[in-house]
Amino acid sequence: MTPNLHLWLIPVLPLIGAAINGLFGKRFSRPTVAAVALTFCGAAFAMALWIAAQFASLSLLHIETVGTWLRSGDFTADFSFYLDQLSLVMLLVVTGVGFLIHIYSVSYMWEEGGYYRFFSYLNLFMFFMLTLVLASNYLLMFIGWEGVGLASYLLIGFWFTKDSAAAAGKKAFIVNRIGDFGFLIALFLIIKHFGSLDFQQVFSSVRPYSAETAGIGFLTAIALLLMVGAAGKSAQIPLYVWLPDAMEGPTPVSALIHAATMVTAGVYMVARSHVIFERAPTALTVVAIIGTLTAIFAATIGMAQTDIKRVLAYSTISQLGYMFLACGVGAFSMGIFHLMTHAFFKGLLFLAAGSVIHAVGGEQDMRRMGGLRTKIPWTFWTMSAGTFAIAGFWPLAGFFSKDAILFQALTSPYGSWIYWAIGLFTAFLTSFYMFRQWFMTFFGEYGGDRDHADDEHSWTGASAPHGHGHGGVHESPKVMLLPLAILAVLSVVGGWMGSERFDKFLSPVFHSGATVSAVEKATPPSFPAEGSKQEPSETFLAIVSVAVAGFGFLLAWILYHQRPELPDQIAASFHGLYHAIASKYWIDELYAVLFVKPLIAISGIVFWRGIEQGVIDATLDGSADSARELSDNLRHMQSGNVRSYAGWIAIGATAVIAYMVWVGMR
Amino acid sequence: MVPLSYYLVLSGILFACGVTGFLIKRNIITIFMSIELMLNGVNLSFVAFAARWQQLSGQVFVFFVMVVAAAEAAVGLAIIIAVFRTRETLNIDQVNLLKL
Repeated sequence: MTPNLHLWLIPVLPLIGAAINGLFGKRFSRPTVAAVALTFCGAAFAMALWIAAQFASLSLLHIETVGTWLRSGDFTADFSFYLDQLSLVMLLVVTGVGFLIHIYSVSYMWEEGGYYRFFSYLNLFMFFMLTLVLASNYLLMFIGWEGVGLASYLLIGFWFTKDSAAAAGKKAFIVNRIGDFGFLIALFLIIKHFGSLDFQQVFSSVRPYSAETAGIGFLTAIALLLMVGAAGKSAQIPLYVWLPDAMEGPTPVSALIHAATMVTAGVYMVARSHVIFERAPTALTVVAIIGTLTAIFAATIGMAQTDIKRVLAYSTISQLGYMFLACGVGAFSMGIFHLMTHAFFKGLLFLAAGSVIHAVGGEQDMRRMGGLRTKIPWTFWTMSAGTFAIAGFWPLAGFFSKDAILFQALTSPYGSWIYWAIGLFTAFLTSFYMFRQWFMTFFGEYGGDRDHADDEHSWTGASAPHGHGHGGVHESPKVMLLPLAILAVLSVVGGWMGSERFDKFLSPVFHSGATVSAVEKATPPSFPAEGSKQEPSETFLAIVSVAVAGFGFLLAWILYHQRPELPDQIAASFHGLYHAIASKYWIDELYAVLFVKPLIAISGIVFWRGIEQGVIDATLDGSADSARELSDNLRHMQSGNVRSYAGWIAIGATAVIAYMVWVGMR
Repeated sequence: MVPLSYYLVLSGILFACGVTGFLIKRNIITIFMSIELMLNGVNLSFVAFAARWQQLSGQVFVFFVMVVAAAEAAVGLAIIIAVFRTRETLNIDQVNLLKL
């Protein structure tokens, strides 16, 4: 009855593109490279649209198995793909935003070396991301999970000749390893308890369990370990440190991988595993707390950053915190809703930031921008849409999703007014730092010609490899503006379907087989069912959050537009606090002292000098040395003298005869 | 009838003479003759056993040894001549190019 959708084609198409560009791209001209990359990425997008178009006639959940991957005893893992409402949303977001960013990159990367390499990596990323999203078992998902990490590593270190970029790539990879370790152990636990990694089988064997309210059982352990993996991939406390450094990569990469898609994989994974999480309330609380803390923590750091991309990076971390907060209070669909709107406006913000950077010749320090409003109007207007959207102004996309999360944080059975209060304060901070960026970049006077010889925080080094150093501020080409415009429209209208309808759309995923206990209410079946007394409360909350966003706007307007001398005075009067924020709370330094340096010391002394050189090398070298010494002695037997050979033969023969006589006499 | 042990002792003496000659003599021709002596010592024990056990195989084996010895003599003498032509000596201690 269900038609064969050939789901496997969706990830494989970008892989073909990656292979063509990666293997032969060196000989292609730039237009050919771009055409290949866009064709295969666009084909994947077209397939996603085609599937979405016949969505109504499909009977979801739809699983297509291509073949058996591995079989070991009772355990099997298939190459099979899983289509339900959740993966359809992710599919559309990934291919759609991905395709737009591909278009943008064609122009943005035009003057860079390694053009084919860039697009090959970008397509490779699409392959792994789509595998992750469409996988129907944890193992295949893990392959995609690792693969996007690899693509992220390759793309962060795209300008690998620059030390900071290479180091940032390594940092991202290593920090992600820690998270992946947790994920992997979670998978082992799942195999141990359920004997399968297939989503359907695992979830159906989890469903009979009731929530582990008293004590902590293996479901909680699995959920917490999955959360460790998600925290690594989605840059949550304590593993968020790699994401700000990842801004060393080209801006389209930051937009695609480190804002719109890959970093949301953790949210997707938690939402996908909601059956497990719903039965582990302790783990849910941990998720909510981590999300809340990350949201406010990153937002405060974001306030004092001067690099346009780093502000956005911390903002991304903060918004991911919101998504985890949503998941943590059981409102998984709201987390996914925010994931989608965030993909639109954060992708847009990064692309617009890239357009700004492009316009001012590779400069990333916002203090050297300003007054760009009239010079690059398209970028200004699109970025404004993104800024207002992320700040949560009605009726833009960010308002609906963020408001829904805050509402859930307050009203869901897992919620608490603390989550709501911190979330609201974070919304204020978000609005403040985003408008700070907006005012610093687009208003005031252009600061690009100012002399910054006395500037102690020189960020210019970070932008050195950009080839955009052609004089004069200028608007980006149309190829770059087109994705900006489309994403700006999406940032505006993306939330209009409303959280209720979105929740309803995803309800087959999140409400099928909720637990019998109180958890059932964790993901409210529908908003009206909550009773009429919640209804005004939501409106009230919405007004509060818009007011808060407006307050942030006002504060930024006063500080960075009306009285630009004030921020420095405030920073001076709260010197210690400001310094702590501007130095990102010294978390990187703390990790360096606590983990990195001891690890390097242990690796150097114990693993390298001790085990590698002392045991492994010593054993091999020692056996080789002793063999040489032995043969050095033995070769004197080979004197070349015939009579000595004869003598050895005689001695040998005598010895053999003596032995045989001795044996015979015994 | 001569006891078997007499033959065997003679055979052992012949073989030992051959070995001793092989080890102490330096002239290649003498060494060659020592080899023949060892072969004949072995042949003697073969025929002695063949006679003692009334089996033909020992005698057959002796013929084999003789044939091989004849062939060896032909080849060996040719080699000795070749060695002498190139090195102008038959002292085995000076024919040691294969040493280290």
